[in-house]
Amino acid sequence: MVGFNALVLVCVAYVAILFGVAFGADKRAREGLPGTAWLRGPWVYTLSLSIYCTAWTFYGAVGYAARSGLEFVTIYLGPTLVLVGWWWVLRKLVRIGRAQRITSIADLISSRYGKSNLLGVIVTLLAVVGTTPYIALQLQSVTLSFSVFAADRQEGFELLDLNATALWIAAGLALFTILFGTRNLDANERHHGVVTAIAVEAVVKLLALLAVGIFVVWGVAGGPTEIARTIDASPISDWQMNGGRWASLTFLSAAAFLTLPRMFQVLVVENVDERQLATASWAFPLYLFLMSLFVVPIAVVGLDILPKGSNPDLFVLTVPLHFDQDGLAMLSFLGGFSSATSMVIVAAIALSTMVSNHIVMPIWLSLRSDGASMSGDVRYLLLISRRLSIGGVLLLGYLYYRYSGGGAALAAIGLISFSGVAQVLPALVGGIFWRGASRNGAAAGLIAGFAIWAYCLFLPSFGPEGVISDQIMAHGPWGLEWLRPQALFGIEGMDPLVHALFWSMVVNTSLFFIFSLVSFPNPLERLQGAQFVNVFEHSGATRGWTRGRAQAEDLMIMAQRIMGGGEAQALFEAEALAQGKESYLPDTTPGFIERLERELAGSVGGATAHAMVGQIVGGASVSVEDLMAVADETQQMLEYSSQLEVQSEELSRTARQLGEANKKLTQLSIQKDAFLSQISHELRTPMTSIRAFSEILRDGGMDEAAARKYSSIIHDEALRLTRLLDDLLDLSVLEAGHVTLHPQPDNLSDVLDRAVAATTSVGEGAGIEIRRNPVHEDIDIFTDTDRLAQVFINLIANAAKYCDADTPRLKIFVTKRAERLHVDFIDNGSGIPPESQAVIFEKFSRLSDQAKAGGAGLGLAICREIMDKLGGKVAYLPGQGGAAFRVTLPKAPLAAG
Amino acid sequence: MTPPREPLFLARQTYRRRRVADAARLLPVIGAMLFLIPILAAGSGDGATTARGGIYVFVVWAGLIVVTATLSRPLSRRKSEADADPKETRP
Repeated sequence: MVGFNALVLVCVAYVAILFGVAFGADKRAREGLPGTAWLRGPWVYTLSLSIYCTAWTFYGAVGYAARSGLEFVTIYLGPTLVLVGWWWVLRKLVRIGRAQRITSIADLISSRYGKSNLLGVIVTLLAVVGTTPYIALQLQSVTLSFSVFAADRQEGFELLDLNATALWIAAGLALFTILFGTRNLDANERHHGVVTAIAVEAVVKLLALLAVGIFVVWGVAGGPTEIARTIDASPISDWQMNGGRWASLTFLSAAAFLTLPRMFQVLVVENVDERQLATASWAFPLYLFLMSLFVVPIAVVGLDILPKGSNPDLFVLTVPLHFDQDGLAMLSFLGGFSSATSMVIVAAIALSTMVSNHIVMPIWLSLRSDGASMSGDVRYLLLISRRLSIGGVLLLGYLYYRYSGGGAALAAIGLISFSGVAQVLPALVGGIFWRGASRNGAAAGLIAGFAIWAYCLFLPSFGPEGVISDQIMAHGPWGLEWLRPQALFGIEGMDPLVHALFWSMVVNTSLFFIFSLVSFPNPLERLQGAQFVNVFEHSGATRGWTRGRAQAEDLMIMAQRIMGGGEAQALFEAEALAQGKESYLPDTTPGFIERLERELAGSVGGATAHAMVGQIVGGASVSVEDLMAVADETQQMLEYSSQLEVQSEELSRTARQLGEANKKLTQLSIQKDAFLSQISHELRTPMTSIRAFSEILRDGGMDEAAARKYSSIIHDEALRLTRLLDDLLDLSVLEAGHVTLHPQPDNLSDVLDRAVAATTSVGEGAGIEIRRNPVHEDIDIFTDTDRLAQVFINLIANAAKYCDADTPRLKIFVTKRAERLHVDFIDNGSGIPPESQAVIFEKFSRLSDQAKAGGAGLGLAICREIMDKLGGKVAYLPGQGGAAFRVTLPKAPLAAG
Repeated sequence: MTPPREPLFLARQTYRRRRVADAARLLPVIGAMLFLIPILAAGSGDGATTARGGIYVFVVWAGLIVVTATLSRPLSRRKSEADADPKETRP
């Protein structure tokens, strides 16, 4: 049998080792020694999650199994599902936790809903009330395990008061927690010492439970088949499943895994890297799997071997002791001790952070009327308040243990505590997935859920001597039957736990939704909501401050008080450098204030940091207009970039047009050059003959017939020059737009008649045969018919001049369309080559060098100008088997002018 | 605010990662269903024993762990290249 002294000795040695581990890890991490990477690795993280498995798990699971069979496993299935589904919730929580420098679950809720301190206080109170019984439970389990060893002793230990044992344990835990849990003020920083010690404890408790399990299966029962037989023979062989409890407990444990303050601390606050989560997603379920693997075997063997009436909650200890396995029992004791202490330590850290950030600091701030920039060391105050909070939390746990009598079964207290903190779940999940969740909704849901939980589950747990008497339990308060704590609204027969969980969650969630739907959140709330819900899109890109009248120096004084001189100066210097300033004091831009606030939030929580910064900045927090401005900026950026896109499209279109124009211009310039040489040739030929013949005439000495002949040659050449100059003049008048039109009613047939007559009569057009269709031509028109005839004459003359067929033929077709008339002139020549079709209407363009009479290359240009003025157009019509021109006339009467 | 536009179609590797993430999302739902199936069995009144029920629960549990481990590997690799919070690197 293990002696009392040996027990105490082992205990003290174990605690000393833990102190050593914590101290060493802290030191190594602080000094950045090599080989500390594993401290930040996924395995220490995974093991630190094992604080979920408290003494309740270590001892209580076996007791639970001995009472209700397999149901105990639901407590582990919930967390397994949460971790397996890490991609949904945990990943987002961890990202938010890092982006917003979240320090606790209360801080998360308060930050999400507009840094509301009201919510911070509610969640803190809820956590304290929910956790205190749980801490009491740990103290109870450790003292119980001490008493097991003392049970057979007649002297020494038995004389000791169990309460005193509990007090000593509480004091020791407080010391450890204060030493390693409040070293650094920034709660967002990792507590390497504590976390490493917890990881060691996690290994110890897993090994202990596995060792007892292996001993029971192979040492006592004699193998897996034997243990299966023992299970079948035991009182719990039938699976008496209560479906409602099974589902509810799975849900409850999943919810509690997310919302328990200590779990939030290790899951989110102590997390440094999302990759840790990826490993923990399967490694921690594996840990839970191993922890629960031997629970049923230990329970059935205990029921089988130990005398009736022995406490099943202690089978893990009493079974090895029964077989005189002292070493195993000692290991098992240390496992239970580890489970209890690690839970209490982390819970105390988490609760002390919440209490000091959400209760002590706001009170202190409101007491100091001169604001946060006055004298007084905030760091010192914070540390003191943390340490006192740790002491206070443990004291509360001890008092609860002392006055609740420690009688109830362990599992019952655990589940009551779980359902208390699970009330945070709607506000938590709603807050990270739904932007519409509002502060009023969260507060209403939390308060209502908390009240129902307290009324239906927590207060009745004190028994009839407590607040809720038997009278109320049986008949409701003031005789109102429908308000009975375990049968609300007259629904009886539900399991009390399922009943309380169901009603509290239903009312909580409903009120959360209803109040969120009807209330209108303030700007800061909406800003935070957007940042939380869209954390993967923009981590901390938006701002919550407008440029206020904050003095950088005031901010620096405050930051130094909270963060410490060195860190604050480094932050300010880095910011000043980023702004391009060389001093320590950066401009107080909204972005900088936002960053500073977030850094401070890592120490004192979001709400307090906001309030402190607000006091200095002058309360110039964000307004709806600012939110809209931020949104507008983004919108403008988007619009601007789409405008740029449009512009660049336009530019490339213009460039294409310019290229085409340039090509045309180059071509025209070449044509112009060609024309200039042509026209000088055209002008020179008549001038030469005029000069030559006039010289002959001047010299005289010829007969009259010769003189007349020479004069008429001079006359003809002069006429040719005149015609050329007329054409040029005509074109320039048309182009300048000075031409006056004389519209008159006429018949298209008559106009064509005149044009044909004019061309064929002067000889050169006589050689061409013209085919027409008088029926189609009989159309009344109202336009400047003289000008129109000029166009027709030009086209007919061109055909006569350039048609290279043996028997030239010109067909004139008239067709009516809806809004216009087409007059086509088609000859049977070889037509105009495609590359020339684009330029024939340009001035000075000529297709051949052969100088035929009057061909200065202006005719078609004139035609185009005329048709333009008449509201129609003339164009080349390709693919007609010869040169073909289409004159298009508008049917509508030409406007006067 | 308009969210930043993402490309409509992805390269093979990115596409694969997204589908792995989809599987990771579906997994807890499947797990919850499997864990709740015993409720239906219990309703039939056919005396299920603790031994057999225990084996069922633990086998499902082990299966979930294996599948999660398989999926977590490509998903965590993706994280390694994601943006690191600059605050974490500051001393």
